[in-house]
Amino acid sequence: MPAQKLSLRSIRRWTLFIAAFALLVSCTAPFRDDDARVKNEKERKATPDFSLKDSTGTMVKLSDFKGKVVLLNFWATWCGPCKIEIPWFTDFQKTYKDREFAVIGVAMDEDGWDSVKPYIEQHKMNYRIVIGNDEISQLFGSVDSLPTTLMIDREGRIASMHVGLVAKNTYEKEIQQLLEASKDAPKTGAVRAPGSEFAFVRPN
Amino acid sequence: MPKPDPVPAKAGASVEVKLPVQLREGYHVNSNMPPDPYLIPLKLSWESGPFTGFEVVYPKPVLLKLGFWPAPVPVFTGKFELTTRFKVAASVPPGLVNLPGKLRYQACNDRMCLPPKTIDLTLPVSVSR
Repeated sequence: MPAQKLSLRSIRRWTLFIAAFALLVSCTAPFRDDDARVKNEKERKATPDFSLKDSTGTMVKLSDFKGKVVLLNFWATWCGPCKIEIPWFTDFQKTYKDREFAVIGVAMDEDGWDSVKPYIEQHKMNYRIVIGNDEISQLFGSVDSLPTTLMIDREGRIASMHVGLVAKNTYEKEIQQLLEASKDAPKTGAVRAPGSEFAFVRPN
Repeated sequence: MPKPDPVPAKAGASVEVKLPVQLREGYHVNSNMPPDPYLIPLKLSWESGPFTGFEVVYPKPVLLKLGFWPAPVPVFTGKFELTTRFKVAASVPPGLVNLPGKLRYQACNDRMCLPPKTIDLTLPVSVSR
């Protein structure tokens, strides 16, 4: 029996009907951002805090990382560009971890650990990963496009934000800049006595 | 969003419907058979209702060289068509049947990806004798 086909008019309407699907997914315009662009200190805003469990069940509280430079990366297992960055972040974690630096990954996979745990093992990710959700996404201004990466200074302020894949060198420059810039500054919670090399750490 | 015109279908006959899709320029979606199991395939599905023998035919994908995979990745981009075939049982009474379906996809450009989405579709089918 011959198959019946949709009329041209119907096809036109279906085109309009379906065409919206890619257009509705995001209003975020892609932009190329290959240069390190750490904000000056006065322009930096405090990073929202969160507490989420990592793959080992240990709680990760972002504010506990105050005193360190943090690369906070929103990613997902289905995101190709994110996959390109993962070996870079693994390198950064290895290279800078002894210089008060940490990478934290926030996986935005809908099925959570089911996909993320095997992925962490397959890709030998050596930094802490938590599972994100809409609430966390909203805290950071509705993270929609992945990867989205924030560089957080030692004072817990957002020094830069990158939406989309950028060059490894860009991240590295920013990490070094933030580590260098804060090298001489007293750590949060510490008081440096004037004219003294000693710092007295405030008890929590 | 405009409501599509009903697809004419005769009871006892096979129906073929082509659904044109257009992506935003610069974006692609994974094909129905991506090489990496973590990638989310494009999937069109229909609830059977009074119809049977559903078959969805996807177009030939474009092979795109992307930095995260060693070989070119099959994707759909630009304008393409998804073909659905199904059979209307002879016992289906004449009238309008709204066939519900879902289109699941996940779109990226060369620098970033957008979250996976599932959109609800309704295909009105006008059954006659």
